Amino acid sequence: MTSFNLTGTKASDISATLTKLRHQMGAPAVGMVLTLVVVCDEAGQYDSVRAATEAAREHPSRILVVIARDPAEPNRLDAELRVGESSPGEVVLLRLYGELTQHAESVISPLLLTDTPVVVWWPGASPRVPADDKVGKLASRRITDALASRDSVKSIAGRCDGYVPGDTDLSWTRLTTWRSLLAAAFDQRIGKVRRGIVEAIPGHASAVLLAAWLSDRLGAPIEVGESAGPGLTTVRLNLADGGDLTITRSDARLATLSRPGQPDRRVALARRPTSELIAEELRRLDPDEIYASALKHLATSAK
Amino acid sequence: MARNNAGKQPAISEEAHVAAAAVAATATTAEAYDQNPLRDPRDKRLPRVAGPCVLVLFGVTGDLAKRKLLPAIYDLGNRGLLPPGFSLVGFARRDWAHEDFAQVTYEAVKEHARTPFREEVWKQICEGIHFCPGEFHDDGAFDVLAMMLKEIDETRGTGGNYAFYLSVPPKFFPTVIEQLKRTNLAKAPEGAWRRVVIEKPFGHDLKSAQELNAITSAVFPESSVFRIDHYLGKETVQNILALRFANTLYEPIWNRGYVDHVQITMAEDIGIGSRAGYYDGIGAARDVIQNHLLQLLALVAMEDPTSFDADSLRREKEKVLKAVRLPEDLGTGTARGQYTGGWQGGERVIGYLEEDGIPPESKTDTYAAIKLEVANRRWAGVPFYLRAGKRLSRRVTEVAVVFERAPHLPFSKDDTEILGQNALVIRVQPDEGITVRFGSKVPGTAMEVRDVSMDFAYGESFMESSPEAYERLLLDVLIGDPPLFPHQREVELSWQILDPIEEYWAKHGRPDGYPAGSWGPSSADAMLARDGRVWRRL
Repeated sequence: MTSFNLTGTKASDISATLTKLRHQMGAPAVGMVLTLVVVCDEAGQYDSVRAATEAAREHPSRILVVIARDPAEPNRLDAELRVGESSPGEVVLLRLYGELTQHAESVISPLLLTDTPVVVWWPGASPRVPADDKVGKLASRRITDALASRDSVKSIAGRCDGYVPGDTDLSWTRLTTWRSLLAAAFDQRIGKVRRGIVEAIPGHASAVLLAAWLSDRLGAPIEVGESAGPGLTTVRLNLADGGDLTITRSDARLATLSRPGQPDRRVALARRPTSELIAEELRRLDPDEIYASALKHLATSAK
Repeated sequence: MARNNAGKQPAISEEAHVAAAAVAATATTAEAYDQNPLRDPRDKRLPRVAGPCVLVLFGVTGDLAKRKLLPAIYDLGNRGLLPPGFSLVGFARRDWAHEDFAQVTYEAVKEHARTPFREEVWKQICEGIHFCPGEFHDDGAFDVLAMMLKEIDETRGTGGNYAFYLSVPPKFFPTVIEQLKRTNLAKAPEGAWRRVVIEKPFGHDLKSAQELNAITSAVFPESSVFRIDHYLGKETVQNILALRFANTLYEPIWNRGYVDHVQITMAEDIGIGSRAGYYDGIGAARDVIQNHLLQLLALVAMEDPTSFDADSLRREKEKVLKAVRLPEDLGTGTARGQYTGGWQGGERVIGYLEEDGIPPESKTDTYAAIKLEVANRRWAGVPFYLRAGKRLSRRVTEVAVVFERAPHLPFSKDDTEILGQNALVIRVQPDEGITVRFGSKVPGTAMEVRDVSMDFAYGESFMESSPEAYERLLLDVLIGDPPLFPHQREVELSWQILDPIEEYWAKHGRPDGYPAGSWGPSSADAMLARDGRVWRRL
């Protein structure tokens, strides 16, 4: 990893330095497939960059990290450039001071890779309408994380209002393994579902979203219950033909699937690290209509 | 060269039967899939997960099982693609209990799995691991197997869906398949499926391939037979389809108007190692040209399929294989070699005839090069050169499409002296990717043009997570999705191409020697030189 610091700089210098660093390393631009913009604060920077770089192993990207510093200081842009030998892609940490904190897009837009998708990820606080955000506007895919906000349930419930195709939330991505297991269970004929319950630790955005998705798809009322966690613990669906289809997971790793007339089976259902969530998000860059539909269902049922 | 034995094509009624069987085999999954309220074609996050089933593995003690199959099963589990209740049954001549086999699997996974080891995934797989000791001719052992499978259906809810993976030498196929028939394991009850997976070689000539097929098809319908050619599971090979049919850039020049010739190479730096018993008498042409290289040729040369389902894809590949013509004179249109002692990559290595277990008078080809033509409108007159060999300079598999020279060069002759032909190279292994070679001006005052390469490196950037070929293929078997498996018709067509060459070789002389670590015998170079071409230096 070659690192290079530029203080009091501007976008064109950053761009030129990136090219120079690559040439010095003897590695011409590898096939970077997208630009990932990470908007975060100094405290969350380390973990987010680590997750993004991990994800970049699957999707070679230019990663631009936007960190807003003190708006009271004079206007300044500091940049930290990292070009890896071991990892594909490049990382640029941009620290913005003064009025510039309000105009991050002016720095980012000249640094975007030409004619490839742009993804913005807010690991922490995110704008109410991501697509209206100045940085969000540059992207075709906008990733928020309801779990990062203080009231995650309220946050995910509010996402529907500001939803624009291309939005997605990590609390939805975290559900993929659960949804996949549920869908696999339904690959065998199982009949109608009368009602159900999703249990999780109190105030868990993913649980609310999973209940909304199930209810939307199955046309049955799905409640959200509380448990001791960790995270999501149970999905129980009461079947019209009698009996329950249940998935329980108490240790955040191994789940048990039980259904009427069949032996209980254990399935690996581990919580995934952020890097894997981001990698999943980057795999498909088209609007997630199922997510939109689940959000809408959540918003209408909340009223 | 009358190699199109039209009379041997299956009759229409048989084809209809095959199609009907194919529908029946996938019906259970497809139907339930459509009716599943939680599935939606727009929901692309949800992966294809196989239904509850048992994989019965014959030959678990083999190298392939340890290095590829068992790790691939774990990797599938780790990616959440194995169904709850998935069970693995090992069958071998070992006095093992379930735990012993689990231990063997555990070690294989620890050592060879692509994805990181996770305790919970291992627990899930471990619960479903069973072992059935016995020999293939032992009726009792198969009765035990049948009982065991029935029991697994009850304890694990696998619903009578079994895949039998025959990772054993072909000479055991008849016995195993007969046993499966005898114990009624080959016949699926209503609503369940039975599939059989076989590995190459699919015979050593047309006749033996047909005999082999007769054995399997007597018990399993064609739609339940999955022939594994692991090359077709490789990402780059599948990417040939994406490259050709998802882009507009290449299609207009993908024909005789622009393509000068095509070179398909599979070079190995290793010798025959411990495979003497299998390899001698088989040789490079039968070992890899018949399957891997002809499959690559078919993918590169075929017309666009109407869709990517198994039927359409196989149909197009068959059309190309049917259109393949051999050179008029097999003496000048083919070349073969046998490596002699020498230096390979800084090591002194022995020649083929000195290898353990090889008879001193062996005529087996360890290098084979053949020139083929595809007689259709797109390719008439464009030679396809195929070469494969062992103990060559290095390990590389690639398809190079070499284009015509520009019809007119408005530069002086000196300026373009070192300019070669444009080429598009699909690198299959190692370092998977695509290279485009074209002329570019050398910086400076003179207008000098030289070859440069533009590189797309699949391997470099995506290797971390790109699945192993066996993962993809095993999943396809469990799901019942056959596009990546060659059909018996393709196997037979390939043998029809190779058989005349092997016959000619058997009657005429012996392979030319080539020193280990070189790029094959000089006769292969002469073969291209006669056409005014050269092999790419790899």
